[in-house]
Amino acid sequence: MSRPYVKLPAWIEYGLIPIANVAVAFIVAGLVVLLVGESPVEAAKLMLYGAFGYGGGIAFTLYYTTNFILTGLSVAVAFHGGLFNIGSEGQAYIGGLGCALVALNLDTVLPWWVNFPLAVIASFVFGAAWAFIPGWLQARRGSHVVITTIMFNFIASALMVYLLVGMLKPMGSMAPETRTFQAGGQLPKLDWLFTLFGSSLGGAPLNVSFFLALLAAFLVWVLIWRTRLGYEIRTLGFSPSAARYAGMSQTKVVVITMMISGGLAGLMALNPVMGDQARVQIDFPAGAGFVGIAVALMGRGHPAGIIPAALLFGMLYQGGAELAFDMPNISRDMIVIIQGLVILFAGAMENMLRPGIGAAFQFVRFRPSKDVQAEEPR
Amino acid sequence: MDFDFAALTSILALTLRLSTPLIFAALAGLYSERSGIFDISLEGKMLIGAFFSAVAASASGSAWIGLLAGIVSTILFGLVHGLASITYRGNQIVSGTALNFVAAGLTVILGQAWYGQGGRTPFLSGAARFGTIDLPFAQEVAGVPVIGPLYANVLSGQSLLVYVAFLMVPLTWWILFRTRFGLRLRAVGENPAAVDTAGVSVPWLRYRAVIICGVLTGFAGTYMSVAQSAGFNRDMTAGRGYIALAALIFANWKPVPVMFACLLFGILDALAIRLQGASLPIVGTVSVQFIQALPYILTVILLAGFVGRPSPPKAGGVPYVKER
Repeated sequence: MSRPYVKLPAWIEYGLIPIANVAVAFIVAGLVVLLVGESPVEAAKLMLYGAFGYGGGIAFTLYYTTNFILTGLSVAVAFHGGLFNIGSEGQAYIGGLGCALVALNLDTVLPWWVNFPLAVIASFVFGAAWAFIPGWLQARRGSHVVITTIMFNFIASALMVYLLVGMLKPMGSMAPETRTFQAGGQLPKLDWLFTLFGSSLGGAPLNVSFFLALLAAFLVWVLIWRTRLGYEIRTLGFSPSAARYAGMSQTKVVVITMMISGGLAGLMALNPVMGDQARVQIDFPAGAGFVGIAVALMGRGHPAGIIPAALLFGMLYQGGAELAFDMPNISRDMIVIIQGLVILFAGAMENMLRPGIGAAFQFVRFRPSKDVQAEEPR
Repeated sequence: MDFDFAALTSILALTLRLSTPLIFAALAGLYSERSGIFDISLEGKMLIGAFFSAVAASASGSAWIGLLAGIVSTILFGLVHGLASITYRGNQIVSGTALNFVAAGLTVILGQAWYGQGGRTPFLSGAARFGTIDLPFAQEVAGVPVIGPLYANVLSGQSLLVYVAFLMVPLTWWILFRTRFGLRLRAVGENPAAVDTAGVSVPWLRYRAVIICGVLTGFAGTYMSVAQSAGFNRDMTAGRGYIALAALIFANWKPVPVMFACLLFGILDALAIRLQGASLPIVGTVSVQFIQALPYILTVILLAGFVGRPSPPKAGGVPYVKER
């Protein structure tokens, strides 16, 4: 994706530079905290306590982490194929429809452990279908996937509002949401995991979809780095012309990549819809699809980076909610700023620190300057 | 619903008002994208402009100072995008996405910290807002059938910024297609290497385009918070930056079609507001959500190449690296 200015060892390229970029993002966020008249250090402490200080906090953190792992993977898979999927939000929203389809029809008939895999399939299929159209349009009609996925976010939002105030709303209800699912449409919470450690969930909605997210992360790793399709996806992302010369079908790879990306985003719907609220509500993804962009960029598209990045944002979401009690000036919107700054510094401005760090590295290693290959011409 | 003439003029007047921020923002995007800098952060810039103009207008009591603050803030904000995409040769889409989030968060956090009203700025009144302007002879010709009410109730009585927006359209056309700067701007978006060979600085041209984009989004934001409404509300642009982007694509990056595309999306918006809950004779109850989604659906259909083919600037989105 990026063209390195200087050839640097892996620990700098994949360790130091991303961490430095994220650090810059957090320093700027700290400045915003100062600007609204609060202490960044105090805010960070409160946030850390809120996120990790007690059982319920940890469980909430992991609940949000689940969302962000899935949306982060969604964005990352598309990134590997050279596609920028801004539509994870809409794909997750539509994925909720698949979830609801299973839960509303089967919740009184079948137990959750039968409905869960069915809902996994349904939400994946719905998310994938919503991403199919932008993918196909990009591959066959040359319309840019960025613009179409933005448009599809809005269309998804309008469609879901339309369905939730109409068809999906139970008779006589005023709230624009589906009816509450019965036991068969609710995923079990992970109480046992926390009692194992002598703690309690404390009402947090952490549920089995957390394991689904971890499994998805592993499967994405297998897909991208251990399968033929993954190789084709990476080749396409690295050099579309090389992929074409190698005889890979660009259309096929683009469409499949987008569908996997959308499917992963669709899976995210399971967590809030069946794991927490037991119904589909207006705007339930609540920006998780967009957080996925920051998570994917920060994790450099690798599941091993995405999981900690998702954990960081899970921490910010949970800790941020707690923080808002003590510092009313710092609301959930602070996270949106941090998310933007992380995308800016870890994504768009990733070249800002590289020359400096590269030069410092060369200086430390006492390399003669002729080895320094400045700016590859392109 | 009685679809009489008075209702029609009121819808048309509303259309002009709703199209205005779209025209400013789409023309802003036009300058930027014609120079090869894709800008999906129009939405964020409008928010920043709307916020800071409302803050300055309420602090100073002058709408003009509000406009100035709106423009300065969007230029500075836009320069971050310029820095990322021109100087650091970053991914322009990623940068734009980032700035949209920063704007959405920052305006609410600062608004809450400064005013404590859930992200709202104080109510603006009097000279702190752009009032409406009556065009000459509006009262006199109001009696003339058809043309009279159209002139008196649609064209006249709009905010000054509405007229500025529509004047920007021919001005932009003139700058782009009749000046040396415009020629170079278009060239740098199509073939930056050629511009560079001619001895013109590619980065400086692109930075100027980014600054113009900032000025115009400043107008768009100011119009929304200081003229159309009386203050800033959280997320008040509500996707208009993306609609403007859609209009820009719809208009194939050309100034006059941009105006018509914005008017089209403006009338859809006006209809969505006026038709809420109303039922029409043939189609029955129109789904408001459908009308709201229509600009996006139309853009997708257009992008798919079913209605003509869009031809974006060729070097758009590609950072320029000088050959050695």
